[in-house]
Amino acid sequence: MAVTDSLSRAATVLATVLLLSFGSVAASHIEVCTSRFWFNYRHVANTLSVYRSVKRLGIPDSHIVLMLADDMACNPRNPKPATVFSHKNMELNVYGDDVEVDYRSYEVTVENFLRVLTGRIPPSTPRSKRLLSDDRSNILIYMTGHGGNGFLKFQDSEEITNIELADAFEQMWQKRRYNELLFIIDTCQGASMYERFYSPNIMALASSQVGEDSLSHQPDPAIGVHLMDRYTFYVLEFLEEINPASQTNMNDLFQVCPKSLCVSTPGHRTDLFQRDPKNVLITDFFGSVRKVEITTETIKLQQDSEIMESSYKEDQMDEKLMEPLKYAEQLPVAQIIHQKPKLKDWHPPGGFILGLWALIIMVFFKTYGIKHMKFIF
Amino acid sequence: MAAAGAAATHLEVARGKRAALFFAAVAIVLGLPLWWKTTETYRASLPYSQISGLNALQLRLMVPVTVVFTRESVPLDDQEKLPFTVVHEREIPLKYKMKIKCRFQKAYRRALDHEEEALSSGSVQEAEAMLDEPQEQAEGSLTVYVISEHSSLLPQDMMSYIGPKRTAVVRGIMHREAFNIIGRRIVQVAQAMSLTEDVLAAALADHLPEDKWSAEKRRPLKSSLGYEITFSLLNPDPKSHDVYWDIEGAVRRYVQPFLNALGAAGNFSVDSQILYYAMLGVNPRFDSASSSYYLDMHSLPHVINPVESRLGSSAASLYPVLNFLLYVPELAHSPLYIQDKDGAPVATNAFHSPRWGGIMVYNVDSKTYNASVLPVRVEVDMVRVMEVFLAQLRLLFGIAQPQLPPKCLLSGPTSEGLMTWELDRLLWARSVENLATATTTLTSLAQLLGKISNIVIKDDVASEVYKAVAAVQKSAEELASGHLASAFVASQEAVTSSELAFFDPSLLHLLYFPDDQKFAIYIPLFLPMAVPILLSLVKIFLETRKSWRKPEKTD
Repeated sequence: MAVTDSLSRAATVLATVLLLSFGSVAASHIEVCTSRFWFNYRHVANTLSVYRSVKRLGIPDSHIVLMLADDMACNPRNPKPATVFSHKNMELNVYGDDVEVDYRSYEVTVENFLRVLTGRIPPSTPRSKRLLSDDRSNILIYMTGHGGNGFLKFQDSEEITNIELADAFEQMWQKRRYNELLFIIDTCQGASMYERFYSPNIMALASSQVGEDSLSHQPDPAIGVHLMDRYTFYVLEFLEEINPASQTNMNDLFQVCPKSLCVSTPGHRTDLFQRDPKNVLITDFFGSVRKVEITTETIKLQQDSEIMESSYKEDQMDEKLMEPLKYAEQLPVAQIIHQKPKLKDWHPPGGFILGLWALIIMVFFKTYGIKHMKFIF
Repeated sequence: MAAAGAAATHLEVARGKRAALFFAAVAIVLGLPLWWKTTETYRASLPYSQISGLNALQLRLMVPVTVVFTRESVPLDDQEKLPFTVVHEREIPLKYKMKIKCRFQKAYRRALDHEEEALSSGSVQEAEAMLDEPQEQAEGSLTVYVISEHSSLLPQDMMSYIGPKRTAVVRGIMHREAFNIIGRRIVQVAQAMSLTEDVLAAALADHLPEDKWSAEKRRPLKSSLGYEITFSLLNPDPKSHDVYWDIEGAVRRYVQPFLNALGAAGNFSVDSQILYYAMLGVNPRFDSASSSYYLDMHSLPHVINPVESRLGSSAASLYPVLNFLLYVPELAHSPLYIQDKDGAPVATNAFHSPRWGGIMVYNVDSKTYNASVLPVRVEVDMVRVMEVFLAQLRLLFGIAQPQLPPKCLLSGPTSEGLMTWELDRLLWARSVENLATATTTLTSLAQLLGKISNIVIKDDVASEVYKAVAAVQKSAEELASGHLASAFVASQEAVTSSELAFFDPSLLHLLYFPDDQKFAIYIPLFLPMAVPILLSLVKIFLETRKSWRKPEKTD
């Protein structure tokens, strides 16, 4: 969606989105990073840090939709390839070895994001790229990147407005795709993104108010870019103390990162939420605790012992009859590495060399006159 | 010369005026409609009025009951009145926008000879075997046999009996008001076998306001076209236990008959797997009193998530997946018991999670370690395991013990583990749930498309909406006439079509433009063209007005 930018500021913002969903009082997460380019390293680090915390608290990858707009770990400018660090002095590698990125690079677009939210996905999309939530899921949506008053920039080429986001949430509500939704956004003027929500059961947190910029935390001299944003850094410190059984509630999350530490003023919105925030546990959204019941009854089945023995014998015989396994067609590696290199045929010099020499000769004769030619040829 | 020049300019001015008027006319008459038409989004027509009519739909669920009276069950003069039909209708009090009425249509008749013979045999099981008619009764219908007050078919203190195959037996009474009393008893029995308020409340739990969240209501799976059932064996300690389970045989013998009996409710596919070195996420505690390990109730919820990521259930299919896990604890933590909230070990050693599945812990018999050669071969007793898994499957589907009327005897368990009228209860609940879901989907789709006028509505989306509306209406008709099977199929079609229409990828609302952007696009196009036309029109109008006034002045 290429909407002509008119009132947006010069500061372009990239967004990272992290979506988490929990079903059956399980949670689902959607985490989106919408920023491209090496200097927006911190947005990818933000998203991956939240992703890592959430996985530590027990959410499986099948319930997380992670969208990263650029590849920082394998970026040619990364001095430590295959890592994304979130602390100075390279203390914490949030990339790890079990990251599962569902939407990567150019697949992170406003259209795909809205499709994931509303569920209007082409039928060929694999399960890992869908938000499989139902009416009992609590969903956490984490977005980070560059934003302005009322919009969030995707990939430096398009933007999502707060009205579209509010409409998408309304469509999710109509189809009961969530029970409760927590929306966290870490961008400049983040509070403008949740101003327009009108669906019930939504709680929103933002890193800065309208007119304020969200600042980054610390640069790293070795990597050369800022590693994280302040708000997410303090949220992560807060989350490190949460374990799956903790009783911390949402009011504590609202206190994270006061103005003295964050420079911007974090905001939150709870008027659409039915429960009182102090009764809402952090683990309702960040952890996943399923309801469990003890099975007390059984049904009576009749035993067929004869059939059991005969099938055991059949299986034994089957094992012996099976063909030995072998690999499918493979490359003849031994032949390839022992080949002699082929002699290349001689080709006359290419057009570029010829053209260059023609130019040099022409310049020479132009300078010194054509009459010198008879002395050469 | 000057006059000719004046005449010439007058001609030019007139020509100029005509030209300007012509431009304006073309712009307004041709241009505006053409612009409107070409920037219109294609929206196929939808039956909005029918969709809003669906909300006010009155569902009438009819249960046809055939009541068969034997001799001596009711007084003679009452017997003369047979056969006739009595209807008992009741509205289900639910806080839902659709009104639901439950109607028991009782057709009374006299017993035939072979039925009299069957009902005078010694026990109910013999009677049922003799009464087993060749053709199956239609889904949703019931047959109730009324025997005499002193008959010995039932135990003396029991007033009624509910059989496994949509039949029931009720004692008659020799009384003036025989028909009324027996009618009430019959309705009680029929309600237990088909529809009660809690069945419908559980089906509509997602659509009702959330004041009561009891455990019963949160358990059943949502209605779906099919289900995927996965049996997994978790062996965290292959060095000590060489576990062998005959899952194929067990599925063929025990699970498949159960799923065949449930076949009307959806497509089922079964698979199984064995996972090695899969640990539970929780460390069990040691109980020195019984020298065993235990997991208490509070740590059970944390067991599921670490294991779930290894189950690979998300790659299987788009249907909801039910996981049944059999965990053989490692030698260091054997035997392992699950404790309930009172601290007593659970008899089944199993627990389940609504809408997910169940986990059972299988302890290896300590006698098998006497051989002391590790790994020890463990043959899993599939009967014990399947008893628990099938019970969990029943609970997950919401097939629970109904509320029986007083002094009622329930028949013993069947070989498949499912009674036919339990399937009926499930189908009633599912049909109502499907209709509620389809209606909500269609209503919200109509609301969405009405509100956002920029969304393109393609023809296939419109045809799915029409199909869904027709299917909802057909299903309601079939429910009202008592054909449960076709009503269920129609309700499934309604849900499928409405979901296809709602989740069609083309309905993406990407066409939101803020007002300032709309102006920014159109002003550079239209303003340069419109300004000269408008100014010339204004000039023409002023001049014409001046020329009208001048003749008045001289007159």
